[in-house]
Amino acid sequence: MKIKALAQQYWPTVVLFVLLFVAWQLAVSYSGIRAYLLPSPWSVVQAFWEPDIPWTQHIWTTTLEIVGAFFMAAAVGVMLGVAIAWSPLIANALVPFLVFLNTLPKVAIAPLFLVWMGYGIFPNMLMGALIGFFPVVINTAVGLSQVEADMLDLGRVFNAPKWKIFLKIRIPNALPYILSSLKITATAAVVGAIVGEFVASQSGLGYVITTTQSSMNTSLAFAALIWISAVGLALYGLVVLAARLWAPWAEGID
Amino acid sequence: MSKKLIDLSQVGMIYEAASGPVEALAGISLAVGMGEFVSLVGPSGCGKSTLLRIVAGLRPATSGTVKVAGRQITRPIPDIGMVFQQPILLKWRSILQNVLLPAELAGKDASGLKKRAHELLEMAGLSGFAEKLPRELSGGMQQRAALCRALLLDPPLLLMDEPFGALDAMTRDDMALELLRIWGETSASRKTILFVTHSIPEAVFLSDRVVVMSARPGRIAADIKIDLPRPRTIEARASEKFGHLSLDIFKLLSNRSEATTVAA
Repeated sequence: MKIKALAQQYWPTVVLFVLLFVAWQLAVSYSGIRAYLLPSPWSVVQAFWEPDIPWTQHIWTTTLEIVGAFFMAAAVGVMLGVAIAWSPLIANALVPFLVFLNTLPKVAIAPLFLVWMGYGIFPNMLMGALIGFFPVVINTAVGLSQVEADMLDLGRVFNAPKWKIFLKIRIPNALPYILSSLKITATAAVVGAIVGEFVASQSGLGYVITTTQSSMNTSLAFAALIWISAVGLALYGLVVLAARLWAPWAEGID
Repeated sequence: MSKKLIDLSQVGMIYEAASGPVEALAGISLAVGMGEFVSLVGPSGCGKSTLLRIVAGLRPATSGTVKVAGRQITRPIPDIGMVFQQPILLKWRSILQNVLLPAELAGKDASGLKKRAHELLEMAGLSGFAEKLPRELSGGMQQRAALCRALLLDPPLLLMDEPFGALDAMTRDDMALELLRIWGETSASRKTILFVTHSIPEAVFLSDRVVVMSARPGRIAADIKIDLPRPRTIEARASEKFGHLSLDIFKLLSNRSEATTVAA
């Protein structure tokens, strides 16, 4: 029954996907379009087995950057959000600074990272974290403060200290908000990692794409793109799964 | 009257609003004896909920003295249970875990109170729902769970702020009966209850005394003794006396002077 429902929902997607694929192959085969402009789907599939490319190593590098960026953004974002909700003084000090940082085009900072930190996984991780942490801060702070006034009165009636109200009431209340922002962070981490690799890298899927610019090996770029979206999709899926697992009461909050 | 549990003397409350200071309460003097059930009724904005929160120590009075069990109230003290208009259960906790929340917040041993929590749930007719999440319960059941939570630490004083105000009329009447049963209206060890409501029949049905408040600034307009026999049954609501008392309070609230049996 469940499989039938899934089939019901997704058959149009599958059909559309297959049609696009066929149209793509036909277009390439019969229009005489050059392969470096648009490779055929078949050549992209072949690129996955390109023996000269150490795919596992590139995928590993990029995955590490994305996952690292994600956890850095999540940890820093939650900590800043808690600090902002905890103390108005900290909020007043931090919020304008964070807003400024958020309006800054992070991509423009990437060359500076190269100057400061050189090549490596860490600067690219940092780029992903920088792009992805802001929504976590905001959602954490909002989730912590969106508690009914009566609920807080209840806590006070029982003489609960402030930290206990945070621990037992405010933080669980914020959990769905945080998990919801982490979906955005998962996507942003991918963008950041790839941007970082574009600017400075010696390995990774973004690096593969930059090398194809000179070699005109477009099918390789397509294969790398598919890998990037696979990693991104996997991370996104895990966040959705975590939200269902850890905050089942908040189903349908976003 | 037996020993005073709540003792308010000349309590006033002025708060700062954008348009200037607003006098919410003025010259409230009220004593509630141990084991008494006293309701506060009054028009919207008469400050009855504010008065309840002052007794709870959640809001400071700007003048007068507030004493509960002989202690001057400046902030919340233990020994007070509170029920609000909404059940405000934590939606991520089971009903049992919600009922145990006061113990955790007050730093008491929650596991030692599990047995009591189960007893309370059973008394409230919720024994089969201990492991359910709040959203799986109806509004009336959620409010009964909130009552169990308020009773967990066995406080001698229960403050109730329009606890049935968000329920439909039929559930509301059921809940009033249920409250009397849980309260144990004829037992010697019954708790003191201060109850805020909009509903005159509800106040008359439940209370030993109904305190009628006038609009802003909130003052006590009348303090009416409800000498209907206990335990009260649903039939009491059809009695002549019940009708008279309700009508008197209605007239007081609608600012008419021809009250039949009561002098304000």
